[in-house]
Amino acid sequence: MPADTTLERGRPLTGAELLHRADWIRLQTIDLIAQAGLGHYSSTFSAAELVATLYYRALRLRPGEPNWPDRDRFLLGKGHVATGLWPVLADLGYYSRDWLKQFGKVGSPLNDHPNMKLAPGIDFSSGSLGHNLSVGAGMAIAGRLAGRDYRTFVLTGDGELQEGQVWEAAMAASHYKLGNLVAIVDANGFSGAGPTSQAMNIEPLGKRFEAFGWTVREIDGHDAPALLKTFDELPDPASEEPVALIARTRKGHGVEFMEKQPQAWHLGLLNAEQYADVVAEISGRMELAR
Amino acid sequence: MTEHAEKKMVDVFSDIERETAMTANPAGYAVTELGAADERIVTLAADMSNTVAEFIARFPERYIECGIAETNSVSLAAGLASAGLVPYVYSMSPFGMLKTCEQWRTDVDYNHLPVRLVGRLSGLAMGYFGTSHYAVEDIAIARTMNNTVVLSPADAASCISLMMSTASLEVPVYIRIAEAAPKVYDEAPEYEYGRWPRLRSGSDVTLIGHGMGTGLAAAAAELLYSRDSIEADVFDAAYLRPYDEAALLASAEKTGRVLTIEEHSVVGGLGTIVAEAVARAGLSVPLDQVALPDKDLEVGVPAELYEYYGLTPSNVASKARNLVRR
Repeated sequence: MPADTTLERGRPLTGAELLHRADWIRLQTIDLIAQAGLGHYSSTFSAAELVATLYYRALRLRPGEPNWPDRDRFLLGKGHVATGLWPVLADLGYYSRDWLKQFGKVGSPLNDHPNMKLAPGIDFSSGSLGHNLSVGAGMAIAGRLAGRDYRTFVLTGDGELQEGQVWEAAMAASHYKLGNLVAIVDANGFSGAGPTSQAMNIEPLGKRFEAFGWTVREIDGHDAPALLKTFDELPDPASEEPVALIARTRKGHGVEFMEKQPQAWHLGLLNAEQYADVVAEISGRMELAR
Repeated sequence: MTEHAEKKMVDVFSDIERETAMTANPAGYAVTELGAADERIVTLAADMSNTVAEFIARFPERYIECGIAETNSVSLAAGLASAGLVPYVYSMSPFGMLKTCEQWRTDVDYNHLPVRLVGRLSGLAMGYFGTSHYAVEDIAIARTMNNTVVLSPADAASCISLMMSTASLEVPVYIRIAEAAPKVYDEAPEYEYGRWPRLRSGSDVTLIGHGMGTGLAAAAAELLYSRDSIEADVFDAAYLRPYDEAALLASAEKTGRVLTIEEHSVVGGLGTIVAEAVARAGLSVPLDQVALPDKDLEVGVPAELYEYYGLTPSNVASKARNLVRR
């Protein structure tokens, strides 16, 4: 598409299409992980509907001009789900689909965590949990200073919220009245080693963000109509309270055996039989939905 | 006892008149000048707004107070820089590069963003507040960063020059401000990127300092010449990354002895830079350091600590003399 083609906010996307996109992201993810030899399945799957809503509906983008100053920003705080983002950015035209073939190889711009210096469409690098809400607040302040109406979205995990810096950023965002900043919490209830609630309880999340001066929306992160409605009805970026979208999700969503053992599939590699089962399960669902 | 009574703790938090070269807050002055010339420049501080009071008075909308949250200030600055701004983050050195080194590395350095971290109150400047307030390891950390320029001004004039030079640097910069630096330059020196100005020419011993060490080197060279007719080659190592390897090696070859002087740990700072370069070049040259020992440091008023640890012209001269006579 021409460099100045803008994908506006609120693009047409039905609920069924959104779910189809999310499943497509899952299929692409397992292929990329198979290619690399190891990857983060279940935490990518919990965020698949969120990523699909953002990139096919909510974000104002210009794939032909990745550094367009008025684009909405998206920061992947939980950087380990980048595998699910790479096929989306290729699909939107940020780079050729051929790039995916190099995923995980030395010299490839596309790796397990995103690097803004290497991959077009990545607004900020991530990998070290807890940083990106601060960075996003900085972008939101810059937007205010420049009089631009872009939004900055930061996708965090719920385990990531155990990092103290997140709350420094939460404080700063309300202090500076950053209604142009949206934190999306992929609250799948697990961190790498086990349930978030057992490692270090971070609930009640909604009340915590509210206490920090944020507007809070709690939704089912796999419910297509709810996602579309929530993103469509975000407060105006000119408003004064930052927004926390707490998306209640299931780690490993979309693959039955992963949902049952989300922790086991935080990081791993499907064997041939499992791979075939997963492909059959997801593609079967996609076929039925047609 | 009378000697002790004279050495009182100065109020390092206010830029009142005091007998050091940093009296007039040159880093605060310089950023205001820079800000007047470039609208992209913003300042941030974590409860250190007094250091940029002039900037705030002139450009209030371009100052971002961060509260006591240094890690957030660095990541926030990275976000601002990624949107085209040029942030100067003011910090107390122990809570700047030391506390935020991972944010600096991951968010600023790896992403090549033009954020500047200005570390006030470095080294032993906060003296009797205790070792939590010392910053004597910061250069060791900063110089391992892939893309960061590390600067250590010798005095106020040097600080202004180096601060102004950041206007043309599109990379991360760490500027370490020594508070107790004696005056070295009558007027702002013109630095060439990555080069060490030679303050004095000699062929008996090489003296290299940064921060307050530069003035100590210059004063010691004076003593060495007047008392012992020893002629020292003296350099201002304002650039610690990149550093002036050519000047260092040429001088080391000429004099055959190198002494480094710094208000920093003996580990990882200028002394280490010099040792690495000299060894790599295959030179057989004795080295020595005037620096802070690799052990628990004493707590006290800075002026006393400097004497205790030999950060004095007479101790620098004495070490240089020993090198020459070795």
